[in-house]
Amino acid sequence: MTNMIRLHTFNGGIHPAENKDQSTSRPIASAGIPSELVLPLHQHIGAAAQPVVAVGDKVLKGQLIAEAEGFVSVPLHAPTSGTIAAIEPRAVPHASGLEELCIVIRSDGADEWITHQGLCQTLNVEHLQDITPRQLVEHIRSCGIAGMGGAGFPTSVKLNIGKQDIHTLILNGAECEPYITADDMLMRERAIEVVKGAQILLHIVGAKRCLIGVEDNKPQAIDALNAALVEVNEQHHIDVVAIPTKYPSGGEKQLIKILTGEEVPSGGIPASIGIVCQNVGTSAAIYRAVELGEPLISRVITVTGDSVARAGNYDAMIGTPVSYLLQLAGYQQQKRERVIMGGPMMGFALPQLELPVIKTSNCLLAPTEKELPLNDVAMACIRCGMCSEACPAELLPQQLYWFSKSQEFDKAEQHNIFDCIECGACSYVCPSHIPLVQYYRYAKGAIRDERAAQAKAEKARLRFEERQARKDREEAEKEARRKARAEAAEKAQQEKKAAAASGDVATAAPAASEELEKLQKKLDAAQTAKAKTQDKLDAAKADESMADKIPAFEAALVKTQDKIKELAKEIAAAKKAAKAAQAAEPAATATDKGDPNSPERLKRKWETAQGRLDTALKRLEQAKAEGLDTVDALQAGIDKQQERVDEAKAAYEAALSGDAPAAPAPSAEELDALRKKILAQEDRVQKMQERHDMAKADGLDTADALAMGVQKQLDKLQQLQQELTAAEALAANANNGAS
Amino acid sequence: MSAALWTIVIAISVLAILATLFGALLGFAAVRFKVEGNPIVDQINNLLPQTQCGQCGFPGCKPYAEAIAGGEKINKCPPGGEGTIQSLADLLGVEPEPLDAEHGAEKDVPHVAVIREDECIGCTKCIQACPVDAILGAAKQMHTVIADECTGCDLCVEPCPVDCIDMVPVAKDKNTWYWQAPTSGVELIATDRHQPMAGDAA
Repeated sequence: MTNMIRLHTFNGGIHPAENKDQSTSRPIASAGIPSELVLPLHQHIGAAAQPVVAVGDKVLKGQLIAEAEGFVSVPLHAPTSGTIAAIEPRAVPHASGLEELCIVIRSDGADEWITHQGLCQTLNVEHLQDITPRQLVEHIRSCGIAGMGGAGFPTSVKLNIGKQDIHTLILNGAECEPYITADDMLMRERAIEVVKGAQILLHIVGAKRCLIGVEDNKPQAIDALNAALVEVNEQHHIDVVAIPTKYPSGGEKQLIKILTGEEVPSGGIPASIGIVCQNVGTSAAIYRAVELGEPLISRVITVTGDSVARAGNYDAMIGTPVSYLLQLAGYQQQKRERVIMGGPMMGFALPQLELPVIKTSNCLLAPTEKELPLNDVAMACIRCGMCSEACPAELLPQQLYWFSKSQEFDKAEQHNIFDCIECGACSYVCPSHIPLVQYYRYAKGAIRDERAAQAKAEKARLRFEERQARKDREEAEKEARRKARAEAAEKAQQEKKAAAASGDVATAAPAASEELEKLQKKLDAAQTAKAKTQDKLDAAKADESMADKIPAFEAALVKTQDKIKELAKEIAAAKKAAKAAQAAEPAATATDKGDPNSPERLKRKWETAQGRLDTALKRLEQAKAEGLDTVDALQAGIDKQQERVDEAKAAYEAALSGDAPAAPAPSAEELDALRKKILAQEDRVQKMQERHDMAKADGLDTADALAMGVQKQLDKLQQLQQELTAAEALAANANNGAS
Repeated sequence: MSAALWTIVIAISVLAILATLFGALLGFAAVRFKVEGNPIVDQINNLLPQTQCGQCGFPGCKPYAEAIAGGEKINKCPPGGEGTIQSLADLLGVEPEPLDAEHGAEKDVPHVAVIREDECIGCTKCIQACPVDAILGAAKQMHTVIADECTGCDLCVEPCPVDCIDMVPVAKDKNTWYWQAPTSGVELIATDRHQPMAGDAA
């Protein structure tokens, strides 16, 4: 120790009998290899690990058997070589006595290591300084290291400090709880590992100094650490600080207060005030992981109490059964068997002995009844206030007790019940023997439970509302589709009427053209709007201050484009309708205005046909000149047109000469048949139109095909109507001629 | 005019001006800070357990919250139980009433729906019934319940044509377990739990 460290103190605290000498007389002994190891998948805070082995698999010592699941989690490794005997729920060492999924390994006794090497060899670098902190943290995570002081928080998460500036690293070797000597013995015998672990940690967090806090009741540990510091020549960066013995100085926040005088804010973490705190056991484990490549597969555990003959510390594999360790220490079963995992202040009584040692188990305490008497019956609180004086977190234990007892959890929360570290100092000093800590644990659990229920209710509410909104949307969409279909059907009905009744055609046609005009206007307006939006969007893109409006403009643009498309479709439909109406018109006028076979009309017909023929011929020439492949089609069309011209000419001449037409007059039956055919054809057209409209409304891709079908059917209908007109005219002529 | 009259006129005009001023201010505030919807409905809704089970006779918790705001009784929510009734009574300043047995009884532990998957025929009826979309599946495909999202409302049980949905109590695990309150003060600290153990009978 070269630097002078000014020590501070924390409020309260107690001085229970230490009872540490029983287990410090023997060096750390190896616990050996038990025949069966039970490895719970959830030994740490966070998510349980996921097994990556199957029953019957052979595993080697140090082999990964379960991988971390999520960020706050650590993997699990086989502590010895053997066979996976089972992956099943087994009782775990937890106050609840619940069963959880465990991997059971039947050891083969060979204790054969998997190939492993230090991180420097793996990365092929010479010094620790050449490895980035990120790589180190990742390696520590992959070695399954979780805090070994008792809470079991994943070390890699704690070392993930982000952008926070860390000025001090604190190693916690206080070990303030009575009976426990695991860290003490570790520091005495493996001080060099602790110190080298501290070097690695310093490199990871980038702190300038490191303080190793050790209670002054462990002078041998302090000496060993100092010797180790000299050995690695680190005595200027790392200080071993002897702190006064007081329970609970080993609490993270309390130790930080003692060493730096700073307080970790309520609900905060030490990193927020530039401090990282790690247990000395964790530091040694980090050294072994980085330097030797050994994952966390064993730990030092104190077995003590008057019920064991050979109290001492054992280097036990994770998963070693408690009963096996007790037997090793010479446990004599008591009349009232009571084995506590952890210390007498914060540990919990094990419900049975067939439980495994886990990464956080630091002590097995098997006291006799005389040594650690059972509780006296709790009496009424006399409001003496001794609990407040003892509380190291500066809370009001008495108030918290009343609130917890009467289930006024909101008030308990207001009195900062979550800052309680459950050290048990208040219960220890309570003259009425009230189990205060258990009340606090209950209240904390109930509050957490309530919060979880509230969070779940909130989620359910959101899901319910989303579902409701979705249902409404679907309903609206359905309604809109139904409306569109109904409109389309009505339109088709009108068109049918227009086509059927010639009288309607004349009125329908202007209506259609009017509608067409309207649509055209709409289209124009939409196009202007689109252009405007586009301009705005361009402006917004150019101007950064308007950047947040771009999505809105883009959405508007898309909308306008959709509208334009829709209008264009409607216009096309309207044009088609108008065309159909116009096409029907000549036929209608022909039937309408007296004698269709008057020479004038026939002449006009002939002339139109002739005109068409001329245009066709012109086109043919053009096509021929340009060498288009439409020449044949045009030629065929021209031939047909020629025939029509000839026919029309003949009819005109016949009419002029007053002769009966060459064609024989059709009989009445033939006319009827023709009319029926037309009616059937009209039906077909209507059906086709309906299907087309439906397809269009639903946006199906068959719409185009159906549109073509409709056109074809319409053409056919026209042809039939023309035939009928011609036939009727012939019949009339024949009648005239006969009379 | 006498001085006294002047005083009265000034006083009245000052008051009138003040009244106009404050009236305008209040009018502006009423428009500017207008609260959309009925805030009490949201407060009531937040107290309801959001299981959306419909046991109260309303199609979800929000409609029941609206009904309560409109004068409906507060004792119709079995999933919330006495706790919810108490907090509703506190919020609304009415007397808490015992739970209306007509709408069902309060369950001791939360339940979650579980589909026996080999028996599921994939009819999607339960999916349509689930108020929180917690059932996953498609027509003629096996369905399954997302346990985390299930509120245990029972609504999917009835529509199932093959009765392959069970309501099972949610098991405690290490994360959800917590210490129970000490019974009658028998322990000094939790570690010294006095338990009957092997050899105790002698």
